[in-house]
Amino acid sequence: MIETAILSGKGGTGKTSLAAAFATLGNQLVVADCDVDAANLHLILSPENYLETVYTSGHTAVIDDNKCINCGVCETYCRFDAIHTNNGKVVISAVSCDGCMLCSRICPEKAITMVPNNRSRWYTGNYRNGKMIHARLAPGEENSGKLVNVVREKAKRVAKETGWPHIIIDGPPGTGCSAISSITGVDRVIIVTEPTNSGFHDMKRMSELSANFKIPTFVIINKFDLNPGITLEIAQWCDENGLKVIGQLPFDKAIVDAMVHCQSIIEWAPDSEISITIKSIWQNLMDEQPVKEPDTTHIYD
Amino acid sequence: MKIAIASGKGGTGKTLISTNLFWAAQKNDQYITIVDCDAEEPNVAEFISGKGIKSTQVTQKLPIIDAQKCNLCGACYDFCNYHAIVYIPESQYIKIIEDLCHDCGACLVACKTGAITEIEKPLGSVNTAAINSHTLSIESCANVGIYSPVPVIKKAISASKNLGTVLYDAPPGISCPFIATAESADYVVLVSEPTPFGLNDLKLSVETLDHLNKKYGVVVNRAGLGDDAVYQWLKEKNITLLAEIPFDREIARIYSEGHLLVDKIPSYQSVFTQLLHNIKNQIAQ
Repeated sequence: MIETAILSGKGGTGKTSLAAAFATLGNQLVVADCDVDAANLHLILSPENYLETVYTSGHTAVIDDNKCINCGVCETYCRFDAIHTNNGKVVISAVSCDGCMLCSRICPEKAITMVPNNRSRWYTGNYRNGKMIHARLAPGEENSGKLVNVVREKAKRVAKETGWPHIIIDGPPGTGCSAISSITGVDRVIIVTEPTNSGFHDMKRMSELSANFKIPTFVIINKFDLNPGITLEIAQWCDENGLKVIGQLPFDKAIVDAMVHCQSIIEWAPDSEISITIKSIWQNLMDEQPVKEPDTTHIYD
Repeated sequence: MKIAIASGKGGTGKTLISTNLFWAAQKNDQYITIVDCDAEEPNVAEFISGKGIKSTQVTQKLPIIDAQKCNLCGACYDFCNYHAIVYIPESQYIKIIEDLCHDCGACLVACKTGAITEIEKPLGSVNTAAINSHTLSIESCANVGIYSPVPVIKKAISASKNLGTVLYDAPPGISCPFIATAESADYVVLVSEPTPFGLNDLKLSVETLDHLNKKYGVVVNRAGLGDDAVYQWLKEKNITLLAEIPFDREIARIYSEGHLLVDKIPSYQSVFTQLLHNIKNQIAQ
């Protein structure tokens, strides 16, 4: 089994369009959309979900006004600035509450209970080239990193059950908890960047993260023709820092047209230059780092 | 007046809008501050640079257990709601997992032997720069690999608390970093694009802001690409369209080099002045 995670640091560089392209290049693929905050890949792959599961992301403290004597002890202990006394009455802000449960534990009147945050969901489904696991984090709920772990665990289980070798992970923007959860233990990271100063800057931060985890990392420069000068700078920097640029893709409106028609670029314009380049990028990746046969002997290398 | 510029989807043009809006705001107002709240990927400084005045480190408290004083009772383990303490009584083993700790202080309260004390763990920095006599930029920058940028974002926001008109360049998404930013704003400008991804993420942002009971309006960036589903949806929901920025490779090129659109194509000056005016009207309503 080989897990390929597609990330970028900066948002909007084309992670999901590229993940959709890879996800429609072959069959027997397992796809995990780990951008649980703003998932989009399902719009293209349109999976038929056969399983919906509730995800509980921590708890929120709630005060029982009948029991509360407004002593304010909880307010003094709360480190999240979530508890305030308004006109003599103690109120908890559900938005600021981190769910640590300390207030509930120390309340002398036992007036605070913890209510689970269970509005988030994750799904398992079939799509035309394989299976897809994706999720929807309820607005304002926390722990997206943990939900990413849930999605990835399920993807691995599905891959094991089916014996399918490839897991493609569409990652979130940023370098925080959900990005970390998306790359921990993967076999390779593809950073999709664009020739903008911001894209370059964020790619450096992302590569720092993947270097921390010692994961083989490859770079694709998307929309390279929007600024050939910065494209060159990025390519040089990658070269100097031991990152392999495995492809450059032009800006092409066809990508957006494909999206509008709920198709990947490979499906929408299979013979276009960009599709041919994407196919060769995938092939190069396979040649760089071939999928090993299932390990039964434990004596590799 | 605190205005957040946000979007569910990354890369729709938040920073393009916030930095050019900043230009429009600094023309008239006495004091303007732009706060880069995208602590995981701060990019505002590439467009608006100033002279650094101050850099403050942001830390969280991290508990440490003094093995001499710890009697391995496990009370801290029971109190930790984040599973950040590993406790194996049979092996007389107790350990704090740094990355899972949320700095809530519960273990400190639980411990009756005084074995737990706290040290400061660096999370990032808040960097303040003066752009000119009446404008400031405040950047939140989280260290790569930290679990949550929220404390850094909150620190940057609180630094701008009493500074009059403030623009927040918000982090993408709809989870904790976005909430921490939107919560402090009087008005949220949602930047979207006319594509299925843009619309889907706009719906998520709107749902979140309704949940928070915030006022908001929408800027459609890269107009002309994609389809008109986003416009139909805005009309259906009766959501204000504040401005449109067309899709133009020239804009993409200007942005890519870290320039302000209003500097390179002066005809956009009136677009952003009008946008600011529309936002102010919306807030006043």
